Amino acid sequence: MAPLLEVRNLTVAFDTPDGTVHAVNDVSYSLEEGETLGIVGESGSGKSVHALSMVGLIARPPGRIVRGEVLFNGRDLLALSQRELFDLRGKEIGFVFQDPMTSLNPVLTIERQIAEPLRRHFGMSASQARARVVELLELVGIPDAARRAGQYPHEFSGGMRQRVMIAIGISCNPKLLIADEATTALDVTVQAQILDLVRDLKKKIGTTVIWITHDMGVVAGLADTVQVMYGGRIMERGPVRAVFHDPRNAYTWGLLKSLPHGGRRGVTRLYQIPGNPPDLTRAPVGDPFAPRNPFATERCRIEMPPLGEVEGSVAGHKVAAWYDLRAALAASQVQP
Amino acid sequence: MKAFFLALLKSRSGLFGFLLVSVFVLAAILAPYLGLPVPTRSNLLARMVAPTWTGLFSPGAHPLGTDELGRDILSRIVHGSRITLAIAAAAVILGGIVGTLLGIVAGYYRGMVDRILMRIVDIQLALPLMLLALLVVAALGPSTRNLVIVLALTSWLRYARIIRGQVLALREREFILSAHAIGAGTWRIMLKHLLPNVMTPALVIATLELARIIIMDAALSFLGLGVQPPNPSWGRMLADGRVYISTAWWIVTFPGIAILLTVLSVNLLGDWLRDHFDPKLRTTR
Repeated sequence: MAPLLEVRNLTVAFDTPDGTVHAVNDVSYSLEEGETLGIVGESGSGKSVHALSMVGLIARPPGRIVRGEVLFNGRDLLALSQRELFDLRGKEIGFVFQDPMTSLNPVLTIERQIAEPLRRHFGMSASQARARVVELLELVGIPDAARRAGQYPHEFSGGMRQRVMIAIGISCNPKLLIADEATTALDVTVQAQILDLVRDLKKKIGTTVIWITHDMGVVAGLADTVQVMYGGRIMERGPVRAVFHDPRNAYTWGLLKSLPHGGRRGVTRLYQIPGNPPDLTRAPVGDPFAPRNPFATERCRIEMPPLGEVEGSVAGHKVAAWYDLRAALAASQVQP
Repeated sequence: MKAFFLALLKSRSGLFGFLLVSVFVLAAILAPYLGLPVPTRSNLLARMVAPTWTGLFSPGAHPLGTDELGRDILSRIVHGSRITLAIAAAAVILGGIVGTLLGIVAGYYRGMVDRILMRIVDIQLALPLMLLALLVVAALGPSTRNLVIVLALTSWLRYARIIRGQVLALREREFILSAHAIGAGTWRIMLKHLLPNVMTPALVIATLELARIIIMDAALSFLGLGVQPPNPSWGRMLADGRVYISTAWWIVTFPGIAILLTVLSVNLLGDWLRDHFDPKLRTTR
């Protein structure tokens, strides 16, 4: 079966007064229907930009899609007209954004905001949409849905607003739901509730999900596949279990090592990846992580390693590295 | 709505403005039913009768006196307010709609559209608005319709300027990105997402503009370019009465007071509305 989404060599740049920012470089991956893909990376790793650029949500100019193809159900999204993109967004691809406090229009009722994609894409009447809105609010766990629908965003708490955002995202039963840092602005308990909700919704409606975050913990609990991005490139990708237990890229290894481990007694300093994030205004040459990587070889600095299958791991576990992380770790004094 | 009036009761100046505006509007609407003398009927036997409060409710009473043709001044002021307020309201609404829409378009599209619209605003602001109004009325001829058009023409740019600034800030907010993400097109975003967000500033500008337009309307009438005689208008009454100021002070004084009170009350109400809708200044919620 053909994958639901296939990204091929997607390259996005922004022309700024300080030079061209190479935000996304040659990103290729595919996503099966029903799969949950977690994309992790730090700020500026290109994880959000690549998702927004797929459906034309970046400002152009200054943004520019240099090359690439994004096949969604066999259609190249980058070749669609503005009109076709309007029809696609919200209907076939739903979005949930980072900050529930600012992502809802403060002067419109919740009902109008959830009803909007329904009326826009399915031509529903106000009363048809109302019934569906109440149904959606109940689905995302908002009590007293009929009354709450008539309220304004400021009458909702942060967690409740994020539930509303999710209701808007899934309102038209999209084939793909892209959540961009959807739990980042929430406190930890609310975050856990939202993640429970998403897992539950996936069981009920079986949407394919791309979950973009910088939180490895969220990915571990939610995703089937994890994709680590750095400097606009995919560094490592594979089934969650394989990547977390057997990282093969020094950046993934660094991220995992800098997570706090519960249950350990005494105070231990968390690992910190040395150096600074890459300067994306320079033309991408070599492995973007090489300057911060203690295991980098000479080749890393001049040539970008291709994303290839990892030997001795499960199928689908891919890494971009010239070095052998396991051998390098064994040879060094650093404890994995 | 209830909360609105409760808040209004707390502000003395806001309440004063609101009540006075209500009195003027009611008087204008109900003018034919108040039992006032016909405003255009002259009576040469009762020319320039001084204001008298004795026998107030008898048929021949003139509480604010009569003018040089013996017409009742109170009746002329009340009937004049019908025309003045109708013209001012029409001009405010017309200017408000055009200005708000152009402001949204300029702020949303930015670039060339924005530059052209804002240069037009700049050029028009560089000309004295009164001169512009005089020119246009002189060219089109004085009629009620032309007066509304001219007054709206001097008004739209204030909306356009301020609304554009609001939209420039709003369009970068996340909820506009989410609107794009649900497939909303350009017009849908401008009318359904941006317009409701700028209604409050537009309403506040409208009240302040209303006061300015009433003065401008009076000034144009004073110059003979507004409402044409024999229909009463406040500015015209000032113009006609000013030659008698030394012998019959009431002919100019009362229309002047009417203009003053209307503008004052509308301004007080506008100030209060601005404060009421400004979340930073709102203390009681």
